[in-house]
Amino acid sequence: MITSFLLKSLDRSIIAVVAILLGLAIAVPALNLLTAPDHPLHVPTYLVSLFGKYLTYALLALALDLVWGFCGILSLGHAAFFALGGYAMGMYLMRQIGARGSYGNPLLPDFMVFLNWKELPWFWQGFDMFWFAALMVVLVPGLLAFVFGWFAFRSRVNGVYLSIITQAMTYALLLAFFRNDMGFGGNNGLTDFKDILGFNIQAAGTRAALFAASALTLAICLVLTTAIVRSKYGKVLVAVRDAESRTRFLGYRVEHIKLFAFTVSAMMAGIAGALYVPQVGIINPGEFEPGNSIEVVIWTAVGGRGTLIGPIVGAILVNGGKSIFTAAFPEFWLFALGGLFVLVTLFLPKGVVGTASAYLARRKAHRRAADAERARDTLVAEPMAAE
Amino acid sequence: MNQTISQTKPKSLLYLDGVSVSFDGFKALNSLSFVIEPGELRAIIGPNGAGKTTMMDIITGKTRPDEGQVFFKGDIDLTQRDEAEIANLGIGRKFQKPTVFESHTIWDNLELALNRSRGVFPTLFYRLTADDKTRIEEILSTVRLSARRDDLAANLSHGQKQWLEIGMLLAQEPELLLVDEPVAGMTDAETAETAVLLKEIARTRSVVVVEHDMGFIRELGVKVTCLAEGSVLAEGSIDFVSSDPKVIENYLGR
Repeated sequence: MITSFLLKSLDRSIIAVVAILLGLAIAVPALNLLTAPDHPLHVPTYLVSLFGKYLTYALLALALDLVWGFCGILSLGHAAFFALGGYAMGMYLMRQIGARGSYGNPLLPDFMVFLNWKELPWFWQGFDMFWFAALMVVLVPGLLAFVFGWFAFRSRVNGVYLSIITQAMTYALLLAFFRNDMGFGGNNGLTDFKDILGFNIQAAGTRAALFAASALTLAICLVLTTAIVRSKYGKVLVAVRDAESRTRFLGYRVEHIKLFAFTVSAMMAGIAGALYVPQVGIINPGEFEPGNSIEVVIWTAVGGRGTLIGPIVGAILVNGGKSIFTAAFPEFWLFALGGLFVLVTLFLPKGVVGTASAYLARRKAHRRAADAERARDTLVAEPMAAE
Repeated sequence: MNQTISQTKPKSLLYLDGVSVSFDGFKALNSLSFVIEPGELRAIIGPNGAGKTTMMDIITGKTRPDEGQVFFKGDIDLTQRDEAEIANLGIGRKFQKPTVFESHTIWDNLELALNRSRGVFPTLFYRLTADDKTRIEEILSTVRLSARRDDLAANLSHGQKQWLEIGMLLAQEPELLLVDEPVAGMTDAETAETAVLLKEIARTRSVVVVEHDMGFIRELGVKVTCLAEGSVLAEGSIDFVSSDPKVIENYLGR
């Protein structure tokens, strides 16, 4: 009874969040493009990109919630999938520069000319086409997650051990991408982008479109993950989280169940990274920093693990706080972030959204009980009145 | 002994022969052999450390034996398969500690256990059919939980969790049910009801019950196998086994 009620209210809240995201996808670009710069409601272009960045972070946190919140896989390497998606998009953007680079080479990006390379490496082929790059944005992170998960889940690596090897994975990628001869721009990464799909990447219109695309993608992924966790498969995910060996003795192949969620989640993280790069204008190996992945866990925990909406709220809240905080007291941000994580873990274990929805559910149950009592009272009172 | 046991292999449901396994030098099972016939209800008793749970681990694929044979339905070698495969072959297992999915409703627990395709995509696009609904309702009434179908499993009492787990095993439609201490922590009334429930279940499938509660075993009134130090000590009716001097010395006397 209570669960079905909760599910129903959750349905309504998912619809509300999707409506808000779609509203933002229209309103923010409109307020940016259609209002004069001195208009009180004008949204400056830098803010459009900043909010767009938050939305890609929100998508990354949503992806993490699918595996951590629902299947109990605490991945501390999700920023790696995000960065890989980002690199795939970055490679497309590099190829779009063409002969406009400092060295004027029509085929090779600047850093390759600088390294004295004569031809384009094989893995840069095809990235001049958007559809190919878009495919790689989901395929590369998805494939890495599939192979990594295949070995990890089949060997039944669980809990803290799995978290540690995901950290090792992102750290290994960090070191690899730092190397110049990997062919991804080394330390500097990929930057100085010019166009995306033929539009100037700096133009306000392009920025607004990227923002709208981020909001739209987030809404689609939210609906998709909701459908996944509401299905019987989603119930199996939670079953694996709560009693893995019971699930196995029922006949479920736990490794396949985990692998699917992990791969889908990595693909979503890749899409988030691909939307992030054109809005911030750079991708470098720093994105593989192990600390980045841990931050994603904090956003998810702050918003509410296992609620889908929570991670979106958490990512936006924490990053909004970060933007304000780092401008005011730059040296204290990390302490604030660490303190926030401790406080949330101790006092709001369900996160902001989890706590709020539990409170609302309780209040509604109270009100319903009160209504029932009143109804009973009037029933008792009425026959008396009739007499 | 071994010869007579191998003759029974083709028509047996479960056949263990000379199964040994040791952990860090400790022999948990020492050349254990026994046979379960189709449709049989069997009780297994024995002191702590006799190897009862290890035996279940081996049958369900959680542990691999060092030596010996384990066959299901005569010719399916269980030592070569893992938990999920063995579960899908038709062997269900109830744990010593009741293990249900606490954050799911009673109904969802049974829906998850229901004997349907368990792959990623079949579950992703699963729709509850009328047949499945009827089956779940049937099981709910068998395990006496119809009134609580929409409650979270976490809110059940200990005894009700045990029943829910038995219900989940039924939903799995196994041919062989392994039940580890089903009445541990139950009241006398619950214990009596569980005995009725298990006898009812055993009408359509084979059941192996591991239990310490001698009263409960007497109530079941079935063939008893007593294990000690990893092998069979005695086998027969409860009166026969409990009057065996070796059993008294090893188990009952203590």
